[in-house]
Amino acid sequence: MSDQHILSVDHLTMRFGGVVAVNDLSFTAERRKITALIGPNGAGKTTVFNCITGFYKPTSGSMRLTHDDGRNIQLERLNDFRISKLAKVARTFQNIRLFPGMTALENLMVAQHNALMRASGLTFLGLIGAPSWRAAEKDAIAQATQWLDRIGLLARADDAAGNLPYGDQRRLEIARAMCTEPALLCLDEPAAGLNARESAALSELLLSIRAEQGTSILLIEHDMSVVMEISDHIVVMDYGVKIAEGAPKDISDDPRVIAAYLGADEDEAIAVMESGT
Amino acid sequence: MTAPASQPTSFSRVPGIAFIFKKALISALVALVLFSLMIGIRTEAGPTGQLIFWTRFGDLASMVAIVFGGSIVVELLRQWWGPVETVRIVPPSAQNAMAIGRRAIAPVLLIFTFLVPVIFYDQRYILDLGILVLTYVMLGWGLNVVVGLAGLLDLGYVAFYAVGAYSYALLSTTFGLSFWVCLPLAGILAAFWGVLLGFPVLRLRGDYLAIVTLAFGEIIRLVIINWQSLTGGPNGISGIPRPSFFGIPLTPGDDGLAARLGIEFSPTHRIVFLFYLILALALLTNWVTIRLRHLPIGRAWEALREDEVACRALGINTTTTKLTAFATGAMFGGFAGAFFATRQGFISPESFTFQESALILAIVVLGGMGSQLGVALAALAMIGGFELFRGFDQYRMLVFGVAMVLLMIWRPRGLIGHRAPTVFLERNQAISSELTSEGRG
Repeated sequence: MSDQHILSVDHLTMRFGGVVAVNDLSFTAERRKITALIGPNGAGKTTVFNCITGFYKPTSGSMRLTHDDGRNIQLERLNDFRISKLAKVARTFQNIRLFPGMTALENLMVAQHNALMRASGLTFLGLIGAPSWRAAEKDAIAQATQWLDRIGLLARADDAAGNLPYGDQRRLEIARAMCTEPALLCLDEPAAGLNARESAALSELLLSIRAEQGTSILLIEHDMSVVMEISDHIVVMDYGVKIAEGAPKDISDDPRVIAAYLGADEDEAIAVMESGT
Repeated sequence: MTAPASQPTSFSRVPGIAFIFKKALISALVALVLFSLMIGIRTEAGPTGQLIFWTRFGDLASMVAIVFGGSIVVELLRQWWGPVETVRIVPPSAQNAMAIGRRAIAPVLLIFTFLVPVIFYDQRYILDLGILVLTYVMLGWGLNVVVGLAGLLDLGYVAFYAVGAYSYALLSTTFGLSFWVCLPLAGILAAFWGVLLGFPVLRLRGDYLAIVTLAFGEIIRLVIINWQSLTGGPNGISGIPRPSFFGIPLTPGDDGLAARLGIEFSPTHRIVFLFYLILALALLTNWVTIRLRHLPIGRAWEALREDEVACRALGINTTTTKLTAFATGAMFGGFAGAFFATRQGFISPESFTFQESALILAIVVLGGMGSQLGVALAALAMIGGFELFRGFDQYRMLVFGVAMVLLMIWRPRGLIGHRAPTVFLERNQAISSELTSEGRG
């Protein structure tokens, strides 16, 4: 049973002084599925992300990651870079965090740091230009090139990341996260600021990542067209607690979710819904 | 929209004569207020201890007039140059010539440096100056790893220079180890101190890191001054052995190099040898740094400078990455220190003051952080230029300061501000300095 879940979050609580950002949250994300985490602004979604990716230490609760080989990793016991390195959890950021002064290709090379460090014999083999290192570097460039091709940025590989248009930067950040070869990809509002066509392209990219790489995806998103189109499972949060969970169709009909989004009472929401549809 | 492009459309924006005069008047007024006490009145203690003063209104008037005139000139220059964002169209032929010049400058400089001892064989002063410049080039390249690549502001770099110098001095005078054995040891010891300093310090960022490294530099110096039994305190260490030509001493004796080669002994031989020694060490620093930049560790350094949070999200261990940068920079500082000790034959804590750290940092910043060629040019300009201004006597510092201010106005991101990518698919194009960040430690 637990094998089909890549991530299970259990009674996660995160307090900042007197503010409870996340309160006793439990949910699971299935393997090779896209799980969306939605909710109004300030619901605590990004805090959950920061706990999963090790940027915050949760006040209490546990987060278990189960790899394909059945290996279990308690994420709350690892800190910052080890989550990406050992647990194979990659993330993107709400406000894009590329390396603006490095080229698109270099950004994807930095993402393969740990594999390349091993190949370069902790720098020493690389310093003398050992053939094994040269081969590894070639492979890394090929891998990066392949991702650039997939996100349609091959022609701009040698341009500084900071010079790329906004939508391209979003996709480059996803490609960079994928270059760490993650088991779980956490995307924080990947469609924010994209137009309708770019959003559609993003949906396609995420679906292809799930299909081809078999990567499980956890997604925070406000753009409901994207969420409803690609999610297999949706978790809705408000004020730090989970208020609903289920398939996209069930969620879109749930009066509690509509109430949370409209900021209205449940009864009113039901009235709105009935009059609307 | 329909206005012809050649017409100065921003006619109303071009300030008239009245504007220029108003601006110059304001500048002159500020100068008058400032200088009326600084220059206008001179006070001194009289022969019996009372305060006597006299006025120098003539000097004051000329100073204010200079400011007034200078302000007009600056404003006219600014108008002629156009607004800051103006894109100047350079003819393609000139552009090509500039590109060729830019590409040729490094090899030409290198060849010239190799020939310096040949050309200036009889001029001891030039050779000594060359050795000094090369020492600072090496120190600049070493600090460039820490400040330019990893973006960690280190104000105490001279500490590692001191560790290297004292390592060689103590090892050679106490145990009689030769220069070639001590050189790697000095580098290793300096790197060790770099790591030791790094551990507690690297949690700090930006300004805080700068202050702590500054303190570390001072601590090392104070320890050297006060640990009399080991370091000789303020008296320093003298009688440090001179380097040998791989075991053959450069002395006038029978076993010296000159006697073995059957040529007449000259003290210049040693200077030339030292010149090539520091040149080799500097080029080693340069080669290693360039290699490292193209390896994952170097890319991680630059990524760290760009965005530390993103680095952690990509599974990069930021602590060890910073430590390796610190250790690598410190190691080169240690090599340079060992060379300094063997060249001088005498070292004392006075050679390792904060002023040295500031000078090396200024070289890196002026050169353009991260640019190897820029740092070399800046070292040449700073050390060589400083000697060039010797004729100005007491105004030397003033001229030097003005030159630095002008350089920073003209090139705010250093002589060579742009960044060359470490890997490319088709086009190896430089990245503008506006996109790269200086790093926040």
